[in-house]
Amino acid sequence: MTSETRDGTPIQGSHIKETSSSFGITPEQYMLPAAQQIRMLDPEGKLIPEAAQGTSPGHEYPIPEDDALLAAYEALVVGRRVNDQNYALVRQGRLAVYPSSHGQEACQVGAALALGTGDWMFPTYRDTVATITRGVDPLEVMVSFRGDWHCGYDPLQYKIAALSTPLTTQLLHAVGVAHAAKLRGEDTVVLAMCGDGATSEGDFHEALNFAAVFEVPVVFFVQNNGYAISVPLSAQTAAPSLAHKAIGYGMAGEQVDGNDMVAVLATLRRAVDLARKNSMPLLLEAITYRMQAHTNADDDSRYRESAEVEQWKQRDPLLRMRTFLTERGVLDAEAETRISGKAEDVAAALRLAMTTEPEMNPLEIFDHVYAAPTAQLREQRAKLADELERSQEG
Amino acid sequence: MANTTTATTTAPAVTTKPTTFAAALNTAMSDAMEGDRSVCVFGEDVGTLGGVFRITDGLTQRFGADRCFDTPLAESGIAGMATGMAINGMRPVIEMQFDAFAYPALEQIFSHIAKTANRSRGRVRLPLVIRIPYGGGVGGVEHHCDSSEAYYAHTPGLKIYTPATVSDAYLMLREAIDSPDPVIFFEPKKLYWTKEAVDLSALRTQYEDAAQDESAPSAGVGAEGRAVVVREGTDVSLISYGPSVSTALKAAEAAAEDGISAEVLDLRSIVPFDDAALEATVTKTGRAVVIAEAQGFVSVAAEIVARIQERSFHSLSSPVKRVTGFDIPYPSPKLEEHHLPSVDRILDALDELQWED
Ligand SMILES: Cc1ncc(C[n+]2csc(CCOP(=O)(O)OP(=O)(O)O)c2C)c(N)n1
Ligand SMILES: [Mg+2]
Repeated sequence: MTSETRDGTPIQGSHIKETSSSFGITPEQYMLPAAQQIRMLDPEGKLIPEAAQGTSPGHEYPIPEDDALLAAYEALVVGRRVNDQNYALVRQGRLAVYPSSHGQEACQVGAALALGTGDWMFPTYRDTVATITRGVDPLEVMVSFRGDWHCGYDPLQYKIAALSTPLTTQLLHAVGVAHAAKLRGEDTVVLAMCGDGATSEGDFHEALNFAAVFEVPVVFFVQNNGYAISVPLSAQTAAPSLAHKAIGYGMAGEQVDGNDMVAVLATLRRAVDLARKNSMPLLLEAITYRMQAHTNADDDSRYRESAEVEQWKQRDPLLRMRTFLTERGVLDAEAETRISGKAEDVAAALRLAMTTEPEMNPLEIFDHVYAAPTAQLREQRAKLADELERSQEG
Repeated sequence: MANTTTATTTAPAVTTKPTTFAAALNTAMSDAMEGDRSVCVFGEDVGTLGGVFRITDGLTQRFGADRCFDTPLAESGIAGMATGMAINGMRPVIEMQFDAFAYPALEQIFSHIAKTANRSRGRVRLPLVIRIPYGGGVGGVEHHCDSSEAYYAHTPGLKIYTPATVSDAYLMLREAIDSPDPVIFFEPKKLYWTKEAVDLSALRTQYEDAAQDESAPSAGVGAEGRAVVVREGTDVSLISYGPSVSTALKAAEAAAEDGISAEVLDLRSIVPFDDAALEATVTKTGRAVVIAEAQGFVSVAAEIVARIQERSFHSLSSPVKRVTGFDIPYPSPKLEEHHLPSVDRILDALDELQWED
């Protein structure tokens, strides 16, 4: 069993050694992804026999209990409905921009549900569904897309960082949050999210490397939806998969069917457990697809065939989960009615809130730049206040 | 904090054995670490080695590798991790090994460190310090001598301090560490080994007493946003900061022999900026020369001239002059003397001022 790197220096992180030997496999077998992506539901939503799920020793993922699966389904339905609502709000001109989550809901629901209340999440601009599933009011998330303020919720209250726009910069913050917690002896796990294209950014590399070197419990979760705006993954990397990148940092990587709610929740849960128990990072790559354009401003017909989009419709995460849970006897007509009623309520509340223009105080633009405004900002604030007053008089 | 118009020198500490600028910085960090467990120091070679300039010497040995540690070589990583640690209750003090090697961290600094408080409507503040050895005059090769303060000063949300004396090195670093806002702390590397008779433990008492005092306008001595007149004069104001203050003082000395009484203002804090002190000295002397190592085009020096023009135009008896580095990439060691503001160049600028009505 290998416990040294090839030049004879010990592998950084005894946890890799201990974890792999606890599974009876080598560190390499543990860090490399399983031979095929982890999948529990077939495209129709039928449970795949265990032997064909892609699992192997050290890469085993117990199916979550029925309650958790039903809760995940509910979050899928609500998430899909909120996404549809946002799409409509963009068309009505009530949102300035909206990066769609449609098609990626299983990944985002899984991300939120795998975490405990003391854990942290670092989402991107695309992760509205993850953010609302963790408890933020959809309106608070939409504050930034409506153009009121850059972030509409309190990151400290929800332990969710502001949606990050500069690609992968937030992954390093995730490492820092985990490191601070570790220094204080807390067992906080941090889930750090990014897209496939973003894995080419330097901060992706720096974050994974720092996390492995400092042995902090960060689960890096990549939603591989095949494109970075127009650029396909093949133009981003020559690696066998994004999950394969993990071993280069000395952490375990796994690839999962991102449109399979069961497999996503199972793999994320175990990743979070392992990260917490052994204080170490992991990398999970979820294969999914963005069903709508990058944002409302994008024209996806310029870079992908509609046939491709149609193909992915056959693997819709929500429909697969509905079929599975119905056949399993977990989801009945009554539950379905309750859940779709809830989704409608959430959408209606969002719609209503969006019809009223928020009260904005232009002077607030000066108030949070520093803990106390500088003399210069006080001067500029007074100038704007005076302008506003005169425009009201005039 | 209120700005004072009658800035005076920092209260002189008890005169004792000579202390270096480097020791003052080192002691500021260790005193802060002693008093607050959330203060931690990290960067490249700051642990076992104590930093390439030895500014963090002994901190790992004294406080353990959890509180002062080396990171992998990645400046964006260092700044990004510090951001996360500050989000989660720590007060990181990070070191960039040299001015030009902070550039990989600029995205983290510009897009997050400067903006997080504003983005979150003040809910998330980042009390962190980025220490950057900067400037030339030490015979450094390319990438080791930049004066990069304007890049940061142009970015709202950052505070920019740069001490010019040993006692300010101590007091201002303590103040930076205690600041609720992110501070870029520029250390003039040519001053690291300069010595002054300063009693650091007396400074510690002075700082901590002032920090305790709730009625004080800001923590400590309040160098933030407060320029200080380091030499009084009546004919012309020499405005400078960081590494240029000592050059300005020498020029004032030389000018005195020519019968010109020059006042020297040390800005100390570029952001926030002390407009009141600038106005006070220019109103008093009616003439100003701004001195800074950085290239002059679109620089802090340019900003100072603009502010004098806007606020003190009617007090001026002469156009305001600048003595700055040329608008070139920093030259190689054998040529840097031609680039840096020198006493002679400052005296030439004084000659060019309008002296008669
Ligand atoms: C540092 C940086 N560069 C460029 C952009 C502009 N941009 C926004 S999203 C995006 C594509 C990202 O693709 P991917 O990581 O695959 O995520 P997806 O949008 O597909 O979820 C780009 C280039 C950005 N936000 N940040
Ligand atoms: Mg993508």
